Amino acid sequence: MGCPILGPKCSAYYMIISVWGIIMLVLMGIFFQIRTPSLFEDISVDEEEWSNHGMSLDFVKSKYEDNAVNCWIAAALYAVLFVFSFIQQRMNARQTYETS
Amino acid sequence: MSMDALLRSEEMTLCQMFLQSEAAYACVSELGEIGLVQFRDLNPDVNAFQRKFVSEIRRCEEMERKLRFLEKEINKDGIPMLNTGDNPEAPAPREMIDLEATYEKLENEMKEVNSNSEALKRNFLELTELKHILRKTQTFFEETMQGYQDPSLSRSHYTEPTSKERNSTNLIVGFSLQTSQSDDQRSSTCISRFSDIVLFIRLKKNMNGDSVHKSVFIIFFQGEQLKSRIKKICEGYRATLYPCPETQAERREMAIGVMTRIEDLNTVLGQTQDHRHRVLVAAAKNIKVWSIKVRKIKAIYHTLNMFNLDVTQKCLIAECWCPVADLDRIQQALRSGTERSGSSVPSIINRMQTRMVPPTYNRCNKFTQGFQNIVDAYGVACYREVNPAPFTCITFPFLFAVMFGDMGHGAIMFLFALFLVLKEKQLQAKKIQNEIFSTFFGGRYIILLMGAFSIYTGLIYNDVFSKSLNLFGCQWVIPATDKAYDLAALEAADKIVVKPNGTFTGSSYPIGVDPIWSLASNKIAFTNSLKMKMSIILGIFQMFFGISLSYLNHRHFQKPLNIIFDFIPMVVFLFCMFGYLVILVFVKWLKYSSTSSQEPPSLLIVVVVVVVVVADYYYFCYCYYYCFLQQGFQSFLVVVAVLCVPWMMLGKPMYMRYMKRYGQVSVQNLLICLTHCFETKRCLWYSALLLNVLHEEFSEVLIHQVIHTIEFCLGCISHTASYLRLWALSLAHAQLSEVLWQMVLRIAFGFSRGWGAIALFIIFQVWAALTVMILVLMEGLSAFLHALRLHWVEFQSKFYDGSGHIFVPFSFNSIADASPDE
Repeated sequence: MGCPILGPKCSAYYMIISVWGIIMLVLMGIFFQIRTPSLFEDISVDEEEWSNHGMSLDFVKSKYEDNAVNCWIAAALYAVLFVFSFIQQRMNARQTYETS
Repeated sequence: MSMDALLRSEEMTLCQMFLQSEAAYACVSELGEIGLVQFRDLNPDVNAFQRKFVSEIRRCEEMERKLRFLEKEINKDGIPMLNTGDNPEAPAPREMIDLEATYEKLENEMKEVNSNSEALKRNFLELTELKHILRKTQTFFEETMQGYQDPSLSRSHYTEPTSKERNSTNLIVGFSLQTSQSDDQRSSTCISRFSDIVLFIRLKKNMNGDSVHKSVFIIFFQGEQLKSRIKKICEGYRATLYPCPETQAERREMAIGVMTRIEDLNTVLGQTQDHRHRVLVAAAKNIKVWSIKVRKIKAIYHTLNMFNLDVTQKCLIAECWCPVADLDRIQQALRSGTERSGSSVPSIINRMQTRMVPPTYNRCNKFTQGFQNIVDAYGVACYREVNPAPFTCITFPFLFAVMFGDMGHGAIMFLFALFLVLKEKQLQAKKIQNEIFSTFFGGRYIILLMGAFSIYTGLIYNDVFSKSLNLFGCQWVIPATDKAYDLAALEAADKIVVKPNGTFTGSSYPIGVDPIWSLASNKIAFTNSLKMKMSIILGIFQMFFGISLSYLNHRHFQKPLNIIFDFIPMVVFLFCMFGYLVILVFVKWLKYSSTSSQEPPSLLIVVVVVVVVVADYYYFCYCYYYCFLQQGFQSFLVVVAVLCVPWMMLGKPMYMRYMKRYGQVSVQNLLICLTHCFETKRCLWYSALLLNVLHEEFSEVLIHQVIHTIEFCLGCISHTASYLRLWALSLAHAQLSEVLWQMVLRIAFGFSRGWGAIALFIIFQVWAALTVMILVLMEGLSAFLHALRLHWVEFQSKFYDGSGHIFVPFSFNSIADASPDE
């Protein structure tokens, strides 16, 4: 195994962030998918654009869906980041073990 | 465990110990291991140099110095010190000589090795310099030989001096520490006044890790006089001069000699380093144990110095405070100490009667210790005073959570503390010296409870990172048939008022705030009203609780006067002013259902009316009262509250004045009561006050009582207002987390599919970091400080004196834990 890119603190930080990210973004994806009203303010429906689409419900639905997919993709990215930082953490641990 | 044991500090007693001189050391060592006695210094006037065991302490300090030296050497070599965490017993006094000898030997060995290796290194450096000089001069001569083909030139100046010339042309070579180019030039011009040539060759050398720039120079000159002059100049520039043979063959021979010497030196140096390393590794294995032993010995002799020698010189007399409940353990320790020392005469411990105020000792475990520290930071409880720490265990995290109510932030805090609690042993073993970390680690149970309670209050406020959860189904249903809420009405109006009369189902949301409020534009108005009422209710309850604890204090210290003239008017006053308000709040909540949502009177106006008696009150009767007769009752409350003031202010002084004049019997009773509770400082003070009153005048009591009354009455109002910080902080926290969500995380939801994911990936990190830094750390700190203030000022001022002094037992625990450099 090569030299770790991230230090021990940095990799621990990213591990924690990505666990948080995975849990929260998967849940938020589900909430967007079920079109929870609490998140309506967050999906940035532009009034003008909406009226161009005839104020249709489908427009809002597609917005919700886009965000749901985005959340899951971001969660997947965090899963990748987690695996990466986990490997880094292992490498760091091994290195400190070898040097001590 | 009885209730008193939980409420009050341990019962303490002053004891006298008679320790046989030969057993004293072992006994004190045993007592240090159990850590339950606090010795009094019996010779406070004797200075440190005149005490009995000065020489022993000096020897210990000498040993500590040696160990510090060894530790420094070990650290220098980067050898890990073995820390097994075991706690050796204090060695017997005769072992001290062995220890001293061991350390002495080690120190001498280390010093010898160090001086040897230093000499060797110096030698090595010199030889390396010589080696470089030889190499450089060699290349210099070779280059000039090649460079100048002209035989006449080379012959006259630069070639090898022949045997004839040898006497006339001399050369000096040397090394000088190079500082800058200009320095070189200066010295060269200085020298070249006398000589033909000065030559500088720059060299960079690595010595001992730090690189040093040095220059080699060669000076050619003629005549002995010049030689001495040049030598002086060279000395002036701190250059080292080396002999340089004049023929090439000699130089080569010398170079070979230097090389072999360097190699020999290298092997010798390696061997010394090996030896040093071996010695240090052996020492590193034991150094922690050694230093613990030495510090224990020192602590024992320090303690022995506090003892008195009795007349026969056969035994030492000690005085100590100890908890009554632990007398058996102390006796056991003394017995085993005596056995260990082989003494035939047992050591004796006697309880003593005293008028001194005993120290306060609250037995704590690792959970309660943090809360006890919070209380003690304000002031150590008086001996046997009610200790607020057990209540603080719950009220502190709860009031914190009221200000920090958010399930998400609470969960972060809880998980962090849970990590600290679960990894407790490992983290303790690591002994991390970081101050911030050790603060968090010390308060891990406080943080754990704060986090858990914040999750609960977050559930009540229905906030997760400023969003609401609809866990149990919203209880507001828009009727499909109602014209007021159909599409046409929606398009016509900017905002629609959802009237509870038609839309609220009647059964409220099972726990906490209905999630529909997160969509309402008057959300803040609603939560403000709810949170303000809650903070007043919590505050009044806590203040009532504090006053009722003062009753326990009065009863324990047997002060019936204080119950009649302090406690009762306090309760009545607080109830008339604010207890009634709390009742009104509950009545308002319970009496009016969704069908009568327009009717409830404003609490604020009711309170104003209570205080300001308006002439035309019949008008208010119709608009602002809950029921008939309320006006009369309220007026009655105001009158009672006003009457409480003179009751508190004048009651006690008047009663005492009366007693002084007519009540002979009562005076005797009081005196009996006095002797009964002589032990406590407060009682002493109080009884002194009583005696003063009996014999002198009552003006002092009056002044004290006036101050006390004014403080309490004004405090009642200002403290109630102060509890509104619960509402203010929780509002600020909710708003801040909402702003953070809107300003940061919401940006990520504005992108299209695909790009939005990457934006979310980046922005989420920013949002998460800001959430932890601002909302959890900063807001958490501020909520912590406010909770602290509410406990110290608003709660404890009702009953807590906090003027005791803490019990500091003689214990080895701190010695084993602390690192040696402290």
